[in-house]
Amino acid sequence: MSTARVIDEVVPAGEPWMGVVRRGQMLRIVDLEGNQAVDTLFYNAADTAEAYSAQNTIQAQQRIYLTTDTVLLSNRGNPMLRIEDDTCGRHDTLGGACSAESNTVRYALEKRHMHSCRDSFLLALARHGPGGLTKRDLPSNINFFMNVPVTPEGQLRFADGISAAGRHVELAALMISNCPQLNNPCNAYNPTPIRVMTWDRA
Amino acid sequence: MLWEEEVPGGAHWSAVIRRGVVLRLQALGDDANVAALFYSREQPLERYNMADTLKAQHIAHLTTGCVCYSDMGRILCSITADTCGWHDPLCGLTDAAQIAARYGATRFQEERNERYVSGRDAMLVELGKYGLSERDLVANINFFSKVVVDDAGAMHLVAEHSKAGQFIDLRFEMDTIVALHTGPHPLATTNRYAPAAIRLQARRGSSPAADDPCRTRCPENARGFINTERLFSA
Repeated sequence: MSTARVIDEVVPAGEPWMGVVRRGQMLRIVDLEGNQAVDTLFYNAADTAEAYSAQNTIQAQQRIYLTTDTVLLSNRGNPMLRIEDDTCGRHDTLGGACSAESNTVRYALEKRHMHSCRDSFLLALARHGPGGLTKRDLPSNINFFMNVPVTPEGQLRFADGISAAGRHVELAALMISNCPQLNNPCNAYNPTPIRVMTWDRA
Repeated sequence: MLWEEEVPGGAHWSAVIRRGVVLRLQALGDDANVAALFYSREQPLERYNMADTLKAQHIAHLTTGCVCYSDMGRILCSITADTCGWHDPLCGLTDAAQIAARYGATRFQEERNERYVSGRDAMLVELGKYGLSERDLVANINFFSKVVVDDAGAMHLVAEHSKAGQFIDLRFEMDTIVALHTGPHPLATTNRYAPAAIRLQARRGSSPAADDPCRTRCPENARGFINTERLFSA
């Protein structure tokens, strides 16, 4: 897990990444090649039982998408991060992370062995986590740069992406997994790298 | 009928419901809201998963024919009947600060059992009975509530959506820990605390046939049933 005060790393397609962003620091995630969903979770570094809550966050803003001025709330209702800049415009809170098991449902039983985002999360927790983190600690995640509209009739759609190469979102975070979702049209079936940057706010 | 039980408004409840049992949740008043969470009895790390439920079926609401997926590609329960028509899987639970701000602060010392319990506290109590904690408190369903999302992504709670007498039948496909809370929906705007009571009725169901409407709703659900039936093959 990266604990450097200043981070500037390129995360290859399909790789997990986990790092510490301190209070007051900024985090930028850059969609280097465009329409790459970045499955993301945040934990309180001092007490990882406190984590990002999709439902608390969308409930408080009464809106399902994340963008500038969205405050990401924890499961205890505490503000964890604020989105301060967003050149994409809309990020998903509902689509979650693909998994080996959900891929058997969504695509075909024999798709179990494809690489999946939830496997990346589990590997990151096992490899870099502060200890004791397991699947219990995987709540609903954010998909930065992913467009998952809900219709007024209550249907969920996986729509064409609205991100593009070089677009970014800026905030403060702890854990990121670069989505390797091969069957999803959002990234044109082609997972691509992202860039993760943190810095001390001036 | 195996058993029935009433749960007052503002209360919390949990039980293990066995595979093959149909649990009916019936609203006893208008504007009911029943927060619900599901965990595998065998391995509670396997639990209801909002995202997998929504994206497998391309839905942002629940009704007849939909199933509730676990995070392991299996079906915890299927919705075999629903006279309400729309149940909210998006909005989550109230917390104590919201309840106090909206309805006033109450304590057991003064109000006794009329005190107001938040959704989060209600669920933490019920989950605790199975050794589960806030790490297990995942995104929940709000039965009997309708939340419409407009084109800009804004969520709107539809007023006067559910009526007394309406019910939803959940056919359990796995042995499941069911936790319920009959408290107000988190987007409710009324400042009068009067959540409806519900009646629970458990019946023995029949196992889902090849042409079961939940199984045939979409190819995803057919595969979800296969995954689930494999767990119980012996």
